[in-house]
Amino acid sequence: MRAAGLDIGSRSVEFVVIESETGRVVHEREIPTGPAMAEECRLLVDEAPFDRLLATGYGRSLVEVSFGFPTVTEIKAFGRGAQAAHPGCRMVLDVGGQDTKVIALNGAGKVLRFEMNDRCAAGAGRFLEMTAAALRYEIDDFGAAARQGAPGTVISSMCAVFSESEVVGLMTKGSRREDIARAVHDSLARRIVSQMRRVGISPPIVFAGGAARNPCLRHLIEQDIGQALVVPEAPQRIGALGAAMLAAEASA
Amino acid sequence: MWTDLGLDLEAHAGLMNVLGSFYTDIYLTQTNRPKGMEYLDFVISEVHGLRIEELLAAKAQGRKVIGAFCLYVPEEILIAADAVSVGLCAGADIGTAQAEQVLPRNTCALIKSFFGFKLAGLCPYVEACDFVIGETTCDGKTKAYEIFNQYKETFVLEVPHTKSPAATKLWRSEIGRLVEKVETAAGKKITAANLLKAIETVNAKRAVLGRLNLLRAADPAPISGRDALLINQVAFYDDPVRFTKKIGELCDELEARVAAREGVAPKGTPRVLLSGCPMAIPNWKVPFLVEKNGAVIVGEESCVGERGTRNLVDLTGVDISDRDAILDRIAERYFKIDCAVFTPNADRNLHVREMSARNHAGGVIHYAIQFCTPYLMEAHGMEQTAREMEIPLLRLETDYSMEDAPQLETRIQAFLEMIR
Repeated sequence: MRAAGLDIGSRSVEFVVIESETGRVVHEREIPTGPAMAEECRLLVDEAPFDRLLATGYGRSLVEVSFGFPTVTEIKAFGRGAQAAHPGCRMVLDVGGQDTKVIALNGAGKVLRFEMNDRCAAGAGRFLEMTAAALRYEIDDFGAAARQGAPGTVISSMCAVFSESEVVGLMTKGSRREDIARAVHDSLARRIVSQMRRVGISPPIVFAGGAARNPCLRHLIEQDIGQALVVPEAPQRIGALGAAMLAAEASA
Repeated sequence: MWTDLGLDLEAHAGLMNVLGSFYTDIYLTQTNRPKGMEYLDFVISEVHGLRIEELLAAKAQGRKVIGAFCLYVPEEILIAADAVSVGLCAGADIGTAQAEQVLPRNTCALIKSFFGFKLAGLCPYVEACDFVIGETTCDGKTKAYEIFNQYKETFVLEVPHTKSPAATKLWRSEIGRLVEKVETAAGKKITAANLLKAIETVNAKRAVLGRLNLLRAADPAPISGRDALLINQVAFYDDPVRFTKKIGELCDELEARVAAREGVAPKGTPRVLLSGCPMAIPNWKVPFLVEKNGAVIVGEESCVGERGTRNLVDLTGVDISDRDAILDRIAERYFKIDCAVFTPNADRNLHVREMSARNHAGGVIHYAIQFCTPYLMEAHGMEQTAREMEIPLLRLETDYSMEDAPQLETRIQAFLEMIR
């Protein structure tokens, strides 16, 4: 038996197929989220055969309506996916495109509490993308560049768009590019840590979502909370993996 | 009639259209609905029709129509002066552009809404009123009434923020000031005898809502939370005697349902308690999203809910010919309301405990309107209370717009996954 998970996020769509009995990943693919979302998802899931599928993420209701795919919330999917990637984990941090989730788990993958950021993307991955673009960095190099920056430059706005204006303001004042990059990461890390503290920090903590690949963000969060973060091999696929695990369990 | 009231006819017709389709989607699509809800459907269909005609007819007979936005306005005093007491429109994202011309943008949706309804000429209730009673609950309302007074006469009651002996005395003196104001406006004396009669009317209304809330302890739940909220909303502006009779009949029907173990959702459906800010008509967003996702709401710890209706005016041991002693009891009853503007406000947490246990809630949804500082702050203490009860709590912060519905739905679905 094969079980599939489809995580339709605001910035990317991930598709994972596992062998139900072993949990081994047999197929995985990621595409950027586009305007013809339903059709693109259809093509994506037609790439590999499966017996059962669960959809999750921001666009899940679209495929539920279009194709009748059953759905599960991102909270439950990330909880299950993190548990699969790191058994016994008690907390998941997922910094996605437009939202950041912090989930407390009971050690067996069951959700105890969760927090999501509010409507603004200032606490999420999109904020990194916007400011990286403003500073002319490739997103994959942004974290490494920020690690070269000195602390002390501050970005304080509560809103992603205003924060971008602050970045531009710092550039016009002649601040070093690396220092501004560092300030952007500081601001995001601060926001994320306060959200984590709200839920209550309990290790082991899995760091999921695309932003987990950013070394500076990870370092700043670890430093602040005094705990190591476990970054799984493909952190952006934890949601799709969790959905696939739940699909396998539902058909078992 | 509408032109006489000075409404914006075109905009008003648009509002009624939206309200109608909204109501159909949220209310009329429910299954296993109690038959007694037909009365509420009728009242809503005539919300800007027959009820307004009734108010205008009352005015033609020389009675006063007095509007209010808050639980702290004692209906008994208005009714004792033969005035009609009506709750005013404040639950829709309407007239926001007009409201923002006079109010800061980061004002709560409820305040913006009552201003918007007035400035856009969309609320026949406020137009039908002789004057409006405001109250110093939160800072936003307190300052907004100063501006509102420029558009409609607003009499402001001072609601203290502690329950100290000095504050209690102040509150009692405010009740005295209100009596004078209402007597002057209505041209009628408020006597012990007509106060007693008014107390009987309003107590009966509260008692029937209390009966309704107790019936909701049954599993399967005999009525949806949406319908129960609607009943509480209508309680603010319908004729109290007629309302009490109709809800009494509905409760008879629900009692039969409970005995037959019938309900609006199967036995074992996840049960949720709502706690927090008021939900004025047509603010049905959160209850709809909760129930649409497979839960049933079994109680509202809210101004539009048990916070507003749970205590009766207690006349035990009072000399019924002593008007001041009766007014003391009215003041006491209203001062028990546990609005989040009071400090400390532990009664509210006790009430959430009591309601959760009584109606077997598996989780609490704490609802706060964005920028409503008192309730947003109290969410913290409510989280502690929920932890002590060992049931989960979900904090929601929203406004009257529908744009955040998908984000709210994700949180609500994840919360329901936890309590299933």
